[in-house]
Amino acid sequence: MLTEISAIAPQDTGEDTAVQIDGVSKSFSGTVALEPIRLKVRRGEFLTLLGPSGCGKTTLLNLIAGFLEADEGELFIDHDLVTQVPPHQRKIGIVFQNYALFPHMSVAQNVAYGLRTRRVPKAETAERVREALALVKLEDFADRRPRQLSGGQQQRVALARALVIRPRVLLLDEPFSALDRNLRSAMQVELREIQSRLGLTTVFVTHDQSEALSMSDRIAVMSRGRIRQIGTPSQIYDRPENHFVSTFVGDANLFAATLLEKTDATASLDIGTTRLSLATFQEELPEPGPVTLFVRPEQCSLTDPDQPGAIAATVALSVYQGSYAELHLDCSVAENGRVMLRVPASEAMEPGTDVGIALPERGPAIYTTTERET
Amino acid sequence: MRKSVLDHLLDWSGRIVLISILGFVLLPFVVVAIASLNDGAILSFPPKSWSLRWYANAFEYRDFGAGLVNSLRIAAVGATIALIAGAGFAYVFNRYDFMFKGLLNTVLMSPLIIPNFTIGLGLLILSTAASLPRSIWLVIAVHVVIVLPFVVRSVYVSLKNFERRYEQAAESLGGTPLHVLLTITLPLLLPGLISGALFAAILSFNEFTASLYVVNQRTQTLPVAMYNYVREYADPTLAALSVIYVAPVAAMLLLVHKFFRLEKVLNVD
Ligand SMILES: Nc1ncnc2c1ncn2[C@@H]1O[C@H](COP(=O)(O)OP(=O)(O)OP(=O)(O)O)[C@@H](O)[C@H]1O
Ligand SMILES: [Mg+2]
Repeated sequence: MLTEISAIAPQDTGEDTAVQIDGVSKSFSGTVALEPIRLKVRRGEFLTLLGPSGCGKTTLLNLIAGFLEADEGELFIDHDLVTQVPPHQRKIGIVFQNYALFPHMSVAQNVAYGLRTRRVPKAETAERVREALALVKLEDFADRRPRQLSGGQQQRVALARALVIRPRVLLLDEPFSALDRNLRSAMQVELREIQSRLGLTTVFVTHDQSEALSMSDRIAVMSRGRIRQIGTPSQIYDRPENHFVSTFVGDANLFAATLLEKTDATASLDIGTTRLSLATFQEELPEPGPVTLFVRPEQCSLTDPDQPGAIAATVALSVYQGSYAELHLDCSVAENGRVMLRVPASEAMEPGTDVGIALPERGPAIYTTTERET
Repeated sequence: MRKSVLDHLLDWSGRIVLISILGFVLLPFVVVAIASLNDGAILSFPPKSWSLRWYANAFEYRDFGAGLVNSLRIAAVGATIALIAGAGFAYVFNRYDFMFKGLLNTVLMSPLIIPNFTIGLGLLILSTAASLPRSIWLVIAVHVVIVLPFVVRSVYVSLKNFERRYEQAAESLGGTPLHVLLTITLPLLLPGLISGALFAAILSFNEFTASLYVVNQRTQTLPVAMYNYVREYADPTLAALSVIYVAPVAAMLLLVHKFFRLEKVLNVD
């Protein structure tokens, strides 16, 4: 028995892993919701699962929580194998989008629930409930019913209820999507503060990329039941590894191009009639042939249309955004016919103006065109 | 905002329609209530002279008192058994998949299509074949079979609308499945359970056809006692009793209303 367990125990990689997901997959009556997932969440880390609707984020969270049984693979929490452990023994804190506060209990009773199930003595329970409510600034609301609270307050009660049991991992499934914009950013800051103060390992689910970029230590970008890239927000934004990630996170300009030749440092391509030589951050480039060239708006600049190396475009629309203006350009070699870049508001141009787009020599990425998907 | 003439018209016609519907529903009761005050010994309408003597007669007639006690006992015990069994079935149906689920469902729901007298007759033949005494338990058994489908339906619907996230949250907080059932699921389902039991009790209290087969002099229910009375006498006692009859049903509804808001229980909220 012992040897069996040690055979599948996670290897010590030096850094402390709080959650290890080892080839866990899930199908629902034949439809694959999650391909085998490999993922390590570090202790104290704020990890975000980011992806479009239906990509399997909630499924993955439910597997970690134990509400679903994995088809295959193993799951470790704090190095314990928990694949077969029922949810009530996993010691995981959960916050749902709709809060799921128990409507027949007061705020204090809601928060105390996880202590009562563990038979924590009365005095200690009262003390810890008070602490937890203080943490989310709701000391004065202990005797209210959940329906007598605003959405933001209910969200905080849900957070206090999950934190009071001192969970090994905190899971949050789109907790802020029902809140209005101001409240949402306030709650984001508050959650992040509490999380880092407690050093709490956190897995956060969202389909809001700006929420993911601003809150996370690392982001796992998912699509169609797979993790497409995992890295820090700046790695995800600046060095997207594939077509999907590049378009899902941040704004992207994509050009249909032909890769002619690649060397270690540079690639030469044709974009329409323009020939360019570029250096990318990628370690591996696709094979020569039709490719997609990816450039962030802030990496593009405007030049004269006749400038060598410039890509011809026409201003279609200028959108005033206060401190800057978004220029939407018609461009025949762009994959969707449009290119967007930002200019100071004072430099906005009239629709119909012919311009040239200058691409940077370093920074853009080249993806195989076949990889396009949602 | 000021109301236009059309709004007023709609308002008034709406009220009139509502009152007509209410009147139509209540009409039989009103007629019976008036007839019960007739002084004459023949049930006639409208009465020529007035009296309360038939009420006194209804209270004095021994079979009615005994029938009422029987009916209340049968309704209470039958509804309780139906609630426990029905809630159990509904829970299993909602949460588990198993072989012959569809078949079992059909069997459970069949009392809805099988006439009550068939159920009564069937159980009578069975109990005679098994030489069981014709006790009150036989009547209760018949009533449970008849009301069970309503309880199963009612609880099943509440379970279907039940937010599973409550249970998941409770489980993640360390609640064992049994603890979660007792502290979260059951309390939140209580209105559905109460409404199921309430309907069961009222249906049972009103049941006549099946009861007729399985009662004897000692176990006869109030409706059966009334039937036996009307075969012998045609005076307004029954009309008086019909008015009195409303009282226990109204009491049941009021009792529930005291603890839960009736609108919620009856799902009209
Ligand atoms: N209980 C279930 N039965 C059948 N299919 C399911 C079930 N739960 C999820 N799925 C399917 O699995 C896929 C992933 O669903 P999941 O809820 O994990 O997506 P998600 O990323 O959380 O999406 P969203 O952002 O909309 O919440 C979807 O295609 C969904 O239809
Ligand atoms: Mg989801």
